[in-house]
Amino acid sequence: MKTDLAIIGGGPAGMAAAVAAYGQGTKNIVIIERDKELGGILNQCIHHGFGLHTFKEELTGPEYALRYIAMVEERKIPCLLLSMVVKIDSGEEPGGTHRLSVMQDEKGLFEIEAKAVILAMGCRERPRGALNIPGYRPAGIYNAGQAQYFVNIEGFMPGKNVVVLGSGDIGLIMARRMKLQGADVKMVAEIMPYSGGLTRNIVQCLEDFDIPLKMSHTIIDIDGNDRLKGVTIAAVDENLKPLPETAEYISCDTLLLSCGLIPENELSIAANTDIDDVTGGPVVNDRFETTVRGIFACGNVLHVHDLVDNVSREAAAAGKAAADYIIADISDWGEAKRPKIPPKTRYTPKADRNFDNQLVCIGCPASCLVTVTKQGDGSLTVTGNKCPVGDEYTRKELTAPTRYIASLIRVNGGKNNVVSVKTAADIPKEKIFDCMAEIRKTTVTAPVKAGDVLIKNVAGTGVDIIATCNNYD
Amino acid sequence: MHDVIIIGGGVIGCCIARELAKKQLKTAVLEKKSDIGEGASKANSGIVHAGFDATAGTLKARFNLSGSEMMPGLSEELDFDYRNNGAMVLCFNEEDKGKLEELLERGLKNGVTGLEILSQDAVREKEPAINENVKYALYAPTGAIVCPFNLTVAMAENAAANGVEFFREKEVIKIEKNNTCYLILTGDGDSFETKVIVNAAGVFADDIHLMASAIPLTVTPRKGEYLLFDKTVGEMVRHTLFQMPTAYGKGVLITPTVHDNLLMGPTAEDIDDKAGINTTADGLDIVLKKAGDSIKEIPRREIITSFAGLRANSGQGDFVIAEASDSPGFIDVAGIDSPGLSSAPAIGIYVAELVENILPSADNPEFVSKRTGIKSRAGEVICRCETITRAEIIEAIRRTNNLFKNPGTVSLDSVKRRVRPGMGRCQAGFCAPRVIELIAAELKIDKTAVTKAGPGSNVLEGFL
Repeated sequence: MKTDLAIIGGGPAGMAAAVAAYGQGTKNIVIIERDKELGGILNQCIHHGFGLHTFKEELTGPEYALRYIAMVEERKIPCLLLSMVVKIDSGEEPGGTHRLSVMQDEKGLFEIEAKAVILAMGCRERPRGALNIPGYRPAGIYNAGQAQYFVNIEGFMPGKNVVVLGSGDIGLIMARRMKLQGADVKMVAEIMPYSGGLTRNIVQCLEDFDIPLKMSHTIIDIDGNDRLKGVTIAAVDENLKPLPETAEYISCDTLLLSCGLIPENELSIAANTDIDDVTGGPVVNDRFETTVRGIFACGNVLHVHDLVDNVSREAAAAGKAAADYIIADISDWGEAKRPKIPPKTRYTPKADRNFDNQLVCIGCPASCLVTVTKQGDGSLTVTGNKCPVGDEYTRKELTAPTRYIASLIRVNGGKNNVVSVKTAADIPKEKIFDCMAEIRKTTVTAPVKAGDVLIKNVAGTGVDIIATCNNYD
Repeated sequence: MHDVIIIGGGVIGCCIARELAKKQLKTAVLEKKSDIGEGASKANSGIVHAGFDATAGTLKARFNLSGSEMMPGLSEELDFDYRNNGAMVLCFNEEDKGKLEELLERGLKNGVTGLEILSQDAVREKEPAINENVKYALYAPTGAIVCPFNLTVAMAENAAANGVEFFREKEVIKIEKNNTCYLILTGDGDSFETKVIVNAAGVFADDIHLMASAIPLTVTPRKGEYLLFDKTVGEMVRHTLFQMPTAYGKGVLITPTVHDNLLMGPTAEDIDDKAGINTTADGLDIVLKKAGDSIKEIPRREIITSFAGLRANSGQGDFVIAEASDSPGFIDVAGIDSPGLSSAPAIGIYVAELVENILPSADNPEFVSKRTGIKSRAGEVICRCETITRAEIIEAIRRTNNLFKNPGTVSLDSVKRRVRPGMGRCQAGFCAPRVIELIAAELKIDKTAVTKAGPGSNVLEGFL
């Protein structure tokens, strides 16, 4: 099989790269995807918060994926699903074609010859072993993303009594997800004095549900021979060394690890691209070309991004560059170096915060600590906010707070047992669990299409529950 | 009524089972766990020792050497991974050179061939990553590495193919002696009658022994903790690098594995808890610290997992392999610590001879010595780190299930040990849901019934 552009990975990066390369004039493209459908990790990120930059509206992960899948389908870009590239051979001469060894059921092991390649394989989670947490090795220890797959793709709960280690976004989001689904989430422990998660996730995933966030704490022992029985947590000193005198045993049957993501670059290394020590991804020039001519890289393979919108933008640039390379044979794009990485968010809890009258504004990334004072006439004064958004956000939070929620509904007769859903609009915060109760007792019959209304006027809120992905029979 | 019942389906029990399969005997293996190889056989160094270490004249010296000599042929015949990578014992002080020479002498006495003492330059040439403190090394070209999981599985599958019955989840709780036979009672209410018992119960061999004999025997679990590194650093060393032995065993070794990972360990700590396979912060620190003596730099970023195993230590300095003098027909195969894995095939032959003395029998004319392992084949990849396809995983599930006469679970770990999904750098992060799906489909059970490592270790709690 021959093609102009082979894109490895059909997640947000691969799809955006394909669409952009197509727009730039390269029509002969193939996307090679390991999973049974396009979308990558977005499919399991059923929560809100995607697309504000790309589509100017807030979407769930599956909805964001569907937008791009539609663009790929419109352009009739071929995709090989359940297919994995196991090797890339770029020959001796720079600028030659690249031979990809691909495995799948139908054709077994076969080759794809491509003029250019885009690496868009994404990243993986740091496992327990790499964290060197001592103790037993029972069932019940999951990477947060793995638990997210079990819950959101398959509809299975991994456990009921949960401790989360690491306050990365996936850990925070899974803390809320498990809580919504009826689990007792005992705490999130974070070894650093700050969290790498977004402030809005700290507020909406932990504070909303009174889940404690223990900063400068880690797990020093894991108990349980068959299934997890508990973990021992301890505070750490400024060198991150655990302080044994602070050890505390927490009973739990589930431990979620959200301790960092690693760009998945075994293939990139095998293809002889130079890898940066800091990012763990390839070094690239201004147009996302690696040190191997004609091999480009984008998305989480390059470095781990906070926002999918940034992945899409970067991947589109890589896609255009690959098309330029294929069509115009442009070659001089400067030196490959570590890609520019936007500064990571670091949420540090304010130690002296008064929970009675202070809250963290999540109206914008500034995360101001806002103080509210009730005046004699009953009106509220808001101080500490750096911009007007803070005032508006705070007043709403105090008088009529609302939230979007996302979950799953059972499906009979579909390709999956569940379909991801969301509230079509925000609902009063105090209705969250009423709304979940209704969602959890609902079963629908396939086919279900994204956008279908599955529950009308959920919990008397006037808001509908709508499907966020397709589930056909 | 069985002729022989082997208690314990570790590498020792399985090697004995395969030898007994060559005879016309009705033999069965009773395993407490849901799969064979669940004890020390799954958590050890994976080393085939050259045989210079044990004191001449001991069972250890005898079986190590012959086991090591048998291993290449067996790996061909039974299709498990084995690599003759050579071993070195590193010496860090000029004054310890004498001890190295003693070791060489002992090796020669034990019949080990090719031993020589290498100078610092010669060591560095063979192992560029070696620490500069290394002054000399004893080089043992016959040292090798083996896949301990599939050595055990291969022995068991071949034994089963030749008529040995394997039972899982059969914990022996009582042994009754009658005039002509033994009655073995298991925790699930089942019972087995047999003429001969072979006690190959690993760290539990003393408990089993005391069910049939009044003669004292103790087996102390000696914990060994290990660190496993990514394949990216698997070629950092080529040989198995030992350190000068101490009173507590061989010190910390660094070795490539047959699957091209890098392995460091073990520690050696006597413990009370026979289920104490937990790693400890101190233990892992010791491994890293000691290993740092052998090589220049420990690639800490490439650690993918840690684990601990329990050696069965008899406290007698040697294996205890003999018929209990107060219990005719009851054979102990106890205290099989290092070099137990290397010795296993030879122990199998020896124990079969002991059985023959008690219960003479004709050869099994239908014995087929060859066994084929699971071949890798192209197809849909389930485990991306190790490139394991669906067909390979399904075959592993079926083989595990079909090995046993009685129904039971097939765990994620069983599949992992046979064809490696989950052994790689993501440690099952991506493949576990898929392997669960395949196990559930193959065994026609609910996904929530699938376990990590047998009953009680269910992975999923329930549907939403």
